[in-house]
Amino acid sequence: MTTHISVLSPTAILGYGFPETSFREGLLRRPSAIVVDAGSTDPGPYYLGAGESFTDRNAVKRDLILMIEAGLDLSIPVLIGTAGGSGAATHLRWCLDIVQEVLLDLNRSAHVAHISADQSAEEVTQALADGRISQLGPVKPLTERDIIDSNCIVAQMGVEPVIDALNQRADIIVAGRCYDPVVFAAVPIRAGYPEALALHMGKILECAAIAAVPGSGADCMFGTLDHDGFVVEALNPDRHCTVTSVAAHTLYEKADPRYLPGPGGVLDLTSCRFEQIDQNRVRVTGTRLNPSERYTVKLEGAKPIGFRTIAIAGIRAPDLIAQLDEVLEDVRKIIFQNFESIDDADVSVIFRCYGRDAVMGQLEPLRDLNPHEIGLVIEVVAATQALADTICSFARSTLLHFGYPGRQSTAGNLAFPYSPSDISHGVVYEFSLYHVMTVDDPVKLFPITVDLMGVR
Amino acid sequence: MMLSDLATVIRSKNAGPFELTFDVLFSDPSDYHRVIRSGQLSAQSFASLYGVALDDVLSVIEFEPALAIKVTIKRTRSSGALGESDVYGAQQHAPLLQLDIP
Repeated sequence: MTTHISVLSPTAILGYGFPETSFREGLLRRPSAIVVDAGSTDPGPYYLGAGESFTDRNAVKRDLILMIEAGLDLSIPVLIGTAGGSGAATHLRWCLDIVQEVLLDLNRSAHVAHISADQSAEEVTQALADGRISQLGPVKPLTERDIIDSNCIVAQMGVEPVIDALNQRADIIVAGRCYDPVVFAAVPIRAGYPEALALHMGKILECAAIAAVPGSGADCMFGTLDHDGFVVEALNPDRHCTVTSVAAHTLYEKADPRYLPGPGGVLDLTSCRFEQIDQNRVRVTGTRLNPSERYTVKLEGAKPIGFRTIAIAGIRAPDLIAQLDEVLEDVRKIIFQNFESIDDADVSVIFRCYGRDAVMGQLEPLRDLNPHEIGLVIEVVAATQALADTICSFARSTLLHFGYPGRQSTAGNLAFPYSPSDISHGVVYEFSLYHVMTVDDPVKLFPITVDLMGVR
Repeated sequence: MMLSDLATVIRSKNAGPFELTFDVLFSDPSDYHRVIRSGQLSAQSFASLYGVALDDVLSVIEFEPALAIKVTIKRTRSSGALGESDVYGAQQHAPLLQLDIP
């Protein structure tokens, strides 16, 4: 058995880019796989719900050309986790289409596996009825209604389906929604390296150079695993991995840096040691994996809640800013008086006052300080786009000419940066599922398909 | 002294769409221990700084390997939900900057 195995992570998110010099530096170190994470729930529920990517197609293609060409030249697998940003069927198709285009541009062919992560409403409803679904953190208990209303539900796969795809001799793996570290850990685990260390290394590599100083989401990282620990290093000479930067990264986007729950088990970092082995490299040892009693996968779902229209305007009049809450409340009343047939439960009118409390809302401690200028976003969410357009337009015109007490600037209350002022913004989604589901088989929910793609 | 004078990193971010997590990182162990001793980043202090219920402060974790204090709270609204204001949760840290550390 070999003494160590290496993984090259080019960038934090496929499409965020990376310097080619860093990437070539990584290739010189003979990695056993080139692996990238392509997804996140961070950009919000829209992308899962609408089946769109939050990254740009041209940018994704640029990254994939370099990765796929290198992978095929070195005969090492290229793995993409949570393809298309959210890892549902439409996202996989989008990514596979780019992979096909890249292969044709390179005049190459390859065996491409794609692993589906979509879960049917029937399956999830059955799991709910069987008592196999529980909450994750401060989420409401799941109801059948939530499942029916969701137009897309995915589950985060563990490492098992990815290893299966490798066993089917895939050159390129386009995986649906994954627990982020698993695509990085799959090649080392399959080669017999310790699961705990491989997953922990994957946890750091999945954000690429974000774990270095200075941090960057658009630069490469390299991880080398042996049977007792792993070493991470930045590949750009301007960046370094330090004990603090690597240890701090385990905090990122997690509620608890000591225990990282994933499919099948919890990574336990309480006995971890982080050692600086030279200026640029950090060695990590002592990570443990506590297997769960039952195998669980995390479910994510999004449901449409209406259509949005917005208008953006500035307010500079001090007398209006001083009584803005009262004025906005009056405008709200006029809207529902004017359209009597509309139930206020069907239409949400939101006034966001930038410069005052629009960023932090209820958490803002400085709300009562009156600023000299307000950036106002009038937002309407309604059952149809036409209704949202109507109410937003009416709210905008009513506020523009509203005669508040003591008003001196009688020509208009709003400074519009744009004409037209109103923007129809389309369907609005909300996260409807963020729960864990107990499963018997870690592979069955994630069907694998392998196709020969590219030049025939 | 203010927290921003002692810490090297003060940030907020989603920990999943339903939780908001705050990280305060130090480069000097004595600053890290000083802030812990001050009790200014206890669940109680954090709840009153942000005006949230104590029950909504889900955890306060001291993580010595990174000289970090981590506070996680329940999001008022889930990321991107109707009326929500910070999809990534990355701009909720400001009240911590001027926190007075004796």
